[in-house]
Amino acid sequence: MEFDRMLIRYGELSTKGKNRKQFVTKLAQNVKRAMKDLPEVRIHGERDRMYIILNGADYQLAEERLKPIFGIQSFSPAVRVNLDLDEVKEAALALVQDAHEENGTFKVAARRSHREFPLDSNEINQEIGAYVLQNMEDLTVNVKNPDVKLTIDVRKEGVFLSCRTILGAAGLPVGSSGRAMLMLSGGIDSPVAGYLAQKRGVEIEAVHFHSPPYTSEQAKQKAIDLAAKLAKYSGQVQMHIVPFTEIQEVIKQQIPESVIMTVTRRMMLRITDELRRRRNGLAIVNGESLGQVASQTLESMLAINAVTATPIIRPVVSMDKNEIIQIAQKIDTYNLSVQPFEDCCTIFTPPSPKTKPKLDKIEHYESFTDFDALIAKALDNIETISVNIAETEQVKDEFADLF
Amino acid sequence: MIYFDNSATTKPNAAVLETYTKVASNYFANPSSLHRFGAKSKELLDTSRKQIATMLDALPEEIIFTSGGTEGNNLAIKGIAYSYQNRGKHIITSSIEHPSVRTVMEELEQTGFSVTYLQVDKNGVIKLDALKAALTDETILVSIMGVNNEVGSIQPLQEIGEILARREQTFFHVDFVQGIGKIPLKLDAAAIDLLTFSGHKFHALRGTGVLFKRKNVHLHPEILGGGQEMGYRSGTENLAGSVALAKALRLTLENEPKKPELIAIRDYLLTEIAQMPDMTVHTKQSVAAPHIVCFSAKGHRGEILVHALEKEEIYISTTSACSSKQKLASSTLKAMGVTDEEATGAVRVSLSFENRLSEAKIFIQKLQEIIENLNKVVK
Repeated sequence: MEFDRMLIRYGELSTKGKNRKQFVTKLAQNVKRAMKDLPEVRIHGERDRMYIILNGADYQLAEERLKPIFGIQSFSPAVRVNLDLDEVKEAALALVQDAHEENGTFKVAARRSHREFPLDSNEINQEIGAYVLQNMEDLTVNVKNPDVKLTIDVRKEGVFLSCRTILGAAGLPVGSSGRAMLMLSGGIDSPVAGYLAQKRGVEIEAVHFHSPPYTSEQAKQKAIDLAAKLAKYSGQVQMHIVPFTEIQEVIKQQIPESVIMTVTRRMMLRITDELRRRRNGLAIVNGESLGQVASQTLESMLAINAVTATPIIRPVVSMDKNEIIQIAQKIDTYNLSVQPFEDCCTIFTPPSPKTKPKLDKIEHYESFTDFDALIAKALDNIETISVNIAETEQVKDEFADLF
Repeated sequence: MIYFDNSATTKPNAAVLETYTKVASNYFANPSSLHRFGAKSKELLDTSRKQIATMLDALPEEIIFTSGGTEGNNLAIKGIAYSYQNRGKHIITSSIEHPSVRTVMEELEQTGFSVTYLQVDKNGVIKLDALKAALTDETILVSIMGVNNEVGSIQPLQEIGEILARREQTFFHVDFVQGIGKIPLKLDAAAIDLLTFSGHKFHALRGTGVLFKRKNVHLHPEILGGGQEMGYRSGTENLAGSVALAKALRLTLENEPKKPELIAIRDYLLTEIAQMPDMTVHTKQSVAAPHIVCFSAKGHRGEILVHALEKEEIYISTTSACSSKQKLASSTLKAMGVTDEEATGAVRVSLSFENRLSEAKIFIQKLQEIIENLNKVVK
C-alpha cells in the first residue's frame, strides 16, 4: 500500500490551553529535524493534529523516525483522497486488503467534521463497510474487537483513511520545557537521566569531560555515540567536550586524596553551570542515583551542589540500578555504556573516598589554588559538536571510497 | 580464457582488491588495540558491519564475520545444536547439502543427535509436505541450502520459513553461499534465523564470509579466544577482508539489472546442450538459479570433459570443486534419481555477471568438437 502521509495525534498537549501553539510548533520542529535527510517530506502542524506529507519518502523509515519523538500520542500512516465517495471506496478496499489476514474481521469508524459531505458518519460506515465486504471473500464484521479498524476522517481538505494506529513515545515535545545541560559521562545512568528529562520536554545539551591521555578517544567516541542515541528523541543534540586534563592534574596535586572526587565534581559542576549560562539553559541534568557511589550520598551532594543555585534535575536519583538498566536497555544505550573505557570520573578515584565530606573543609582546600583561571581556560577550549540522528547513519567521508 | 567455474570461486573484482589493499596498508592496526589507530580500525570494521547489515536488512549486531561458507555453516549448525540441545536433539536437512553441512550433520549424529535428510524430487527440490511430516517437538534446527551448488536448484525458502515461523523452538538456517546476489531473498519474509555466505563466491576475497544470526538467537561458539565478533568467533579480525566483502556485496547486489543477461546465457547453454545428441541436462530451468548448468555426456566421464576443455582454455568443473577430487558420483544427482553412470559423467558450468554470450557460443562449439572426437576414440 502506498501511504502518502502520516497523521500525528498529540499527547498531553491537549491540556495545555493557550500555550498549545508553542508546543505544536516545537513538535513540528523536532519532527522536521528527525526527517532532515528526507528533503521531500513536508510537515503541516495544526491545532489538533499534524500531517507529514511524504511526497514519495519511505513511510517505514518515517515511521521509525517518528516512534521515539516525544509529544506524539499516536500516529497512523494514511492516504488522502478527494471528497468523493467512489474514491473513498477504492482507497478503503485497498487499505483493508493490505492489512487483512486470512479470515480476519474489520470495522469502519468514520468521522465527519466536514458537514457538507453528503453522507453522515453512520451512513459512511454502512456504505463503505458494505462495499469492502462485497469485494472481499473471507472478511467479516466485528465492531467490538476487529482485527482491522479502518478509520475514515472526512475533513474539508479531503478524506483521510487509515488502518493502523501506532503508539507514539508520549511525553512532551523536547524543547517545550526549556533547555538544560546533561552531564554525560559514558556510564549507564547519565544517558537514562538525559532520556527521562527529554521525555518531560527538556531539550538537552550534553557536556562531556575529556581528559587525555587519562581517558581515550574511544571513551569520547562512546559519549558521542550515546548522545546520538539521545538525538533520536529530538532529532539532534548539541554536545560540548570539555578539556579537563589540567584541572584533574592540579586537583590530584593540590587536594587531599580522600576528597579528590568531591572537588572534581564541584569543578565539573561549575564548568557545566557556566556553560549553561552561556547557552541560555535553565537547569542541569545528571545521572546521580542516591547511594550508588561515594559522590552520591546526600552529604556529598550537598558539598558538590554548593557551587551553584541552578536547579539540578536528577531523574534517576531514587531508582535502583536494575530499574536504570532496564531503561538503558529499552533506549539501546546499555550495550554502549558497558564498553570498558576509563572515564574521567574513575581515573583518580582514591581507594577510600569520603562519603561524608564537610563543605567548609572542601572550600578551605580549594582556596589555595586559582581554580577560576583553570575553569575559564577549560571553558575557552570547549569543542562543541552537533550530534545528528541522520548523519550518524551515513558512512564517514574518510571511509567512503572504501565501500 | 573462458572461466565458467564461478561456483567454485570467482575472480576478485579490481575495485574490491583496491579496497583490500588500501585498508590493509592504511588501517593495519588491530581493531582490539586501545590506541587511537586501533580505534580507527575498529570504527572501520563497525562501518563495514553496518553496511552489510543495511544491505541485508539486518542489524549490525546480527552480522558475524567468518572465514567463509564452511566456517559459517559449522558455526551455525553446531552452534545451535550445542546451545539448544536441551530443547531437543532433532535436526532436519536435505539430502543434497554441501559437505560443510552434510559432514557436520554426520558428526552430530555421532554425538547423539538425530538427523532427518529430506529427499528431493527429480528437479532437486525438497517437498514441503515431507518437511512438515518430519518436524517433531524435538526439532531445534532446519538447515536447507538456498541454491544447490551442483545443479543450481532453488529451494522454496519462503515457504519453509512460513512453516517454521510459527514454531518458536525450531531455528531456520540457510546455506546461501550459491544464492547471494543471484536470487532475491528477504530474511524477514522467509523467517530465516541464520544465513551463511562466502566472499569469494561474489568477487571478494577468499577467507572472508558472513554468518547472519538473528539477534535473539544464541550460538555455542566454535572458535574461542579473545571474544571478537561478539564472542561468537574469536581471532583478530580480518579487517581488510571484511571491508572488501562489504564492497563486493554492494557491487554484486547492484548487478540485479544485469540478471536477464545472465539468464539469457544460461538459457542459451541449456537449450544448446539439450539439443546435442546423447546429452542429459540435470538443471531444471524453472527451479534453477541463473548461473548454474549441470549436464552429462553419455559414455564420457566428467573429468575427461573437464580436461579436454582445459586444453582450449575453457574452465569448468565436475559437479562441485569440493567433491571432485573424490571419485564419487555426485550425491546430489544420485539423490535426484540420476543413474550412477550418468552421475559420474556430470559436469557443471557456473557463470558470473562477467561472462558473455559470446563465450557461451564458443563453449558450445568446442564442446561439440570435443564430444565428436571422444566418440571416435571411445565408441
